[in-house]
Amino acid sequence: MKTKMNLTKSTKSTLITVGIVVVAYIVMQILGGAGMLSSLMKGLLVPLCIYAIMAVSLNLTVGILGELSLGHAGFMCVGAFVSAFFSLYFKETMAAGPRFIIAIILGGVVAALSGLLIGIPVLRLRGDYLAIVTLAFGEIIKNIINVMYVGRDEQGIHFSMKDAYSMNLSSEGQILINGAQGITGTPNDSNFTVAAILLVLTLIIVLNLVNSRPGRAIMAIRDNRIAAESVGINITKFKLLAFSISAGLAGIAGVLYAHNLSILQAQPKNFGYNMSIMILVYVVLGGMGNIRGSLIASVILVLLPELMRQLNDYRMLIYSIVLIVMMIFNWSPKAKEFREKYSIKRLLGKKTEKGEA
Amino acid sequence: MTLLDVRNLGISFGGLRAVDNFEIQIKKGQLYGLIGPNGAGKTTVFNLLTGVYKPSDGKITLDGKNITGAATIDINKAGIARTFQNIRLFKDLSVLDNVKVGLHNQYSYSTITGILRLPKYFKVEKEMNEKAMELLKVFDLDKEADFLASNLPYGKQRKLEIARALATNPKLLLLDEPAAGMNPNETSELMDTIRFVRDNFDMTILLIEHDMKLVSGICEELTVLNFGQVLAKGKTAEVLNDPQVIKAYLGE
Ligand SMILES: Nc1ncnc2c1ncn2[C@@H]1O[C@H](COP(=O)(O)OP(=O)(O)OP(=O)(O)O)[C@@H](O)[C@H]1O
Ligand SMILES: [Mg+2]
Repeated sequence: MKTKMNLTKSTKSTLITVGIVVVAYIVMQILGGAGMLSSLMKGLLVPLCIYAIMAVSLNLTVGILGELSLGHAGFMCVGAFVSAFFSLYFKETMAAGPRFIIAIILGGVVAALSGLLIGIPVLRLRGDYLAIVTLAFGEIIKNIINVMYVGRDEQGIHFSMKDAYSMNLSSEGQILINGAQGITGTPNDSNFTVAAILLVLTLIIVLNLVNSRPGRAIMAIRDNRIAAESVGINITKFKLLAFSISAGLAGIAGVLYAHNLSILQAQPKNFGYNMSIMILVYVVLGGMGNIRGSLIASVILVLLPELMRQLNDYRMLIYSIVLIVMMIFNWSPKAKEFREKYSIKRLLGKKTEKGEA
Repeated sequence: MTLLDVRNLGISFGGLRAVDNFEIQIKKGQLYGLIGPNGAGKTTVFNLLTGVYKPSDGKITLDGKNITGAATIDINKAGIARTFQNIRLFKDLSVLDNVKVGLHNQYSYSTITGILRLPKYFKVEKEMNEKAMELLKVFDLDKEADFLASNLPYGKQRKLEIARALATNPKLLLLDEPAAGMNPNETSELMDTIRFVRDNFDMTILLIEHDMKLVSGICEELTVLNFGQVLAKGKTAEVLNDPQVIKAYLGE
């Protein structure tokens, strides 16, 4: 009986988290249909999903695996550019539906592979090397893209690291990646529905992973590496698994991002370390290892500054106050006690909880 | 039949010869004690046996297989599981999940199966839950299955470590001061549990302990370490009456 209960408990919690997104999606659709959404709000729907995917996936590395990553935006950047390049390349020759599906898979897989590539040397080491290396990775990838020129004409693909002229494109030629000017003309395949579906998929992937055999191994490594090794857990394997899934999901956020804009550029403000740190702030405020927390924190913290635009000068003040309040709510022992007593009991309909002693 | 055969084992930390020319032979099914004053090198021996440290000399054979210098996880797979003197639980996992991590190599399904929640996931998880609960029952921890490991009282944390080690289905169980921090009641309960484990799991157990009541109560043979070297070994009663051993424990 008890064992049965445990299964349903994690499943129930997953359903609640996914339910939050589904309900929010339906509410937004109804409001939109009734013409009650401002254009500002409409424009925020896809970015909200993007940031939520970023926060949830970063939490897999930071909260579940327990490794610090400061370059999560770098994987988003990889996913964005790989998929935008693909979609632009096949813009005229493929139907939008299959093209976007392939773009999503491609962006996710290439980002996951780049995570694996970084992880293989770094995650073998003990200590906080991942933070340094991911920070560098995020900056390097951005700079590489900014000097990359790719074009095509009747003769095929042309490539240069110098400038667009050096590609020697014919007059018929088309520039696909134009250095710092980035990629122009990516089909606008992203929309709120696809974004919401990908957010739900991200949540299901991460939550199901956490509540399964590999997920337990990952958290065991986080809690005590030596003990995990002593019960036969392959440390490197599960670290790499968690980190590359995390990177792959960030890549998918990047795909959404790239297909939501007509011009894609790698700039400090979208793919730089500021962005990585901001996502990290969402994760920390939502609670390390708390997936639903990441979802809620990212939505609140993306919406807040936008909704307060008319308050101008007070905007950042209120934002900071909210940050502080969320921090207190999440981390003070009293607040934790309060939440365990009331919210979990209410949600699961159970009297005794694990918070005792 | 000899399960563990250790010859001429040694390691140095800088200038310190922490373990020197150590040897031990343990037969299948034995309850064996490793004792000695503080800093004698007992925990270091465990760390050498489990691959946490690589020995600078010597040979370790488990069930006829040479495991000298092997990696910790391979040594666990070969059949050695352990507990730690300073408790090392997965503190943010539930009591049940701690044991299920121990079952990791006993049961298997792919990551994809887990993420997609294929039927095999439910089947294997159910088996793991049942097996884990069965182990928790042995240690009287089944009622606390849903607690976070860090919320258990100290004595129960020690027991949970033993349950987790047993979950890996070892041939040899190493217990590093299992009674440390327990009151006399808990200790005598623990003695019963250790005997029960040996008898019902066909286990061979090597334990480090300072509590002489526990040692004389359950260990059949002892090895005494002093300054990294074997001072005495043999039947428990004889070793404990050895004047050299008494001297090592009482005087400097
Ligand atoms: N990693 C290490 N580096 C340096 N010295 C070490 C290391 N591990 C153990 N030592 C030293 O080796 C000696 C033996 O330590 P060990 O922990 O094995 O003793 P012990 O017999 O388990 O003692 P206790 O009964 O106090 O647990 C000590 O002097 C200790 O300081
Ligand atoms: Mg010790």
